[in-house]
Amino acid sequence: MGRGTIFRLTFWKLVFLFLMAAGLYATFLRFTQGLGASTHLSDQFPWGIWISFDVLCGVMLAAGGFTLTATVHILNIKRMHSIIRPTILTAFLGYVLVCVALMYDLGKPYNIWHPLIMRNPHSVMFEVAYCVMLYTTVLALEFSPIVLERFNLQRPLKIVKKILIPLVICGVILSTLHQSSLGTLYLIMPEKLHPFWYSPLLPVFFFLSAIAVGLAMTIFESSMSAKHFGLQLELPVLEELGRVLVVVLGVYGILRLEDLWNRGALKLAFHPGYETSLFWLEISLAIILPLILLSQPRVRSSPKGLYFSAVLVVLGFITNRMNVSITGFEGSTGVRYFPKWSELAVTGMIIGAGFALFGLAVKYLPIFPKEELAHETASEPAEIVPVTAGVLEHAGD
Amino acid sequence: MSKALLYDSTLCIGCKQCEQACATQNKLDYNDAVAGEEYQSAHKLTCILSRGDKFMRRLCMNCQEPSCASVCPVGALKKTALGPVTYDPSKCMGCRYCMVACPFSVPKYEWGKLIPKVQKCVMCPDRVAQGKATACAEICPTGATKFGERDELIAEAQKRLHDNPGNYVSHIYGLEEVGGTSVLLLSAVPFETFGYRTDISKDPLPMLTYRVLSHIPDFVPLGGMALGGLWWITHRREEVALAEGRQTSSEKKNGGKR
Repeated sequence: MGRGTIFRLTFWKLVFLFLMAAGLYATFLRFTQGLGASTHLSDQFPWGIWISFDVLCGVMLAAGGFTLTATVHILNIKRMHSIIRPTILTAFLGYVLVCVALMYDLGKPYNIWHPLIMRNPHSVMFEVAYCVMLYTTVLALEFSPIVLERFNLQRPLKIVKKILIPLVICGVILSTLHQSSLGTLYLIMPEKLHPFWYSPLLPVFFFLSAIAVGLAMTIFESSMSAKHFGLQLELPVLEELGRVLVVVLGVYGILRLEDLWNRGALKLAFHPGYETSLFWLEISLAIILPLILLSQPRVRSSPKGLYFSAVLVVLGFITNRMNVSITGFEGSTGVRYFPKWSELAVTGMIIGAGFALFGLAVKYLPIFPKEELAHETASEPAEIVPVTAGVLEHAGD
Repeated sequence: MSKALLYDSTLCIGCKQCEQACATQNKLDYNDAVAGEEYQSAHKLTCILSRGDKFMRRLCMNCQEPSCASVCPVGALKKTALGPVTYDPSKCMGCRYCMVACPFSVPKYEWGKLIPKVQKCVMCPDRVAQGKATACAEICPTGATKFGERDELIAEAQKRLHDNPGNYVSHIYGLEEVGGTSVLLLSAVPFETFGYRTDISKDPLPMLTYRVLSHIPDFVPLGGMALGGLWWITHRREEVALAEGRQTSSEKKNGGKR
């Protein structure tokens, strides 16, 4: 803990305060002047960054929650248990923030509950609304043991632990449904979406990439937490995640290539242009570079290599979601969309709030095992074993 | 028994009375400035486009199987048996999926309002229900916009194409586009001239999403059983290992692998 850390903290606090101030002012604009004055949305471009980033990317970035709970509780791979709490925390925060962002984007946010009683089962949006609502509830319950433990509420804790497995199964099913459905949303617009991104396989792509990003985010988070909270890095666990990530990315890459080939869109990839550049940016960041890096054991076993590859995957698939929802529509609508400052400010505020809430939760709730927080200096990976065993004692969250 | 509109561009004189009647019907302001706008918007639900001496009308196509009604999560947009695709603003939550999904990009939004609505031509559902023609068809002085039974209007359009093939592009726009629409168009010049896409699918688009959605009722129980089964197997394996007295701490270390 030298001077560097203190300066860093104040710097990030400043950034945070700036984001909050700008975001609050933008919030004021949004709810007093309406969508027209606070966004660059138009009749030609009705969905902007609040849908593309805050909702599509937000849901995708929170995918670690269902990926890891399935791994630990269903596949019973217990050595992943040490990282499950921070992952569930991220997922829960992610979904809450997605709902917050929706309140900005919806023209009439006070009607957000309408899908509860006004049902249209033919609508993908209806399905997504239901799944997100139910899954946020599931995540709240999966997260609740952490809070209940903190306040030592044994009775409700027992109940939640009893229904944990059905909860996890519900969570995985709901996630599979809405992660893929965010892709299904775009299936109805074959004429509007650019052939690089329109594909009958969109639901499959969205689901597979959610798993990839879920894994990458888990690596990213663990590395960040290790750095900022002085925790022991669970390197062997992350290495394993890296290995699975290679498989998922490989499957995704092959499917994507095959699909582009079948639809005859692959030849378009060699005509220079706006869409082509962004397409290659996405493919290189999300698939090519991480595959090259992570397929080498040398990279997988180095914390830096893993971290860097995970960041690439996350950035790559953020680019993918932006491409599907923004770049892919600029051709057919004939307008270029770039968010207004207030749209960016709201998004920035939401991201800032996410980081701050994560920090607060780590500070006040038993997110990381006590043994780890007490850990002073980084040491041999072999020492993780007793720590992990300690975590297993309070298994069942 | 479904009603429709037939617009014949060769009869249109560009008087824009349909625009004005439409504004009155929908209680929207209409003045010279609005008349000058050659695009649909939240305050102009139909417009007459002109290219030289050729005209074309734009309005909601009121599709037979509308994407907008299919994607609306709360059923604010509905296809009625009579033909009109109606909108109920009290249900709408403003997700704007209809705007994104519409193959003709018809629905428009009141961006400037704090409590905004989607706006589009809804084919005068109240008038149609009373057996009257739409406001635009009623006012049209030349019969360019004609209201009637969809089947009869199709026959009429085919007759016009057959009788005067030289006057028209040989295509009834809306007969087959996205599975057919309640607005049929005849034009003297290619439809692309006025921004109508002719490369549009002949199949109704809602099937594209419903094909996927319809698997959900099967997926939920099957997925639940598969996951439950997996859980049972992995935990049974652990129990067996415990019962056989195998070293469990190393088992835990290696997880469920082998």
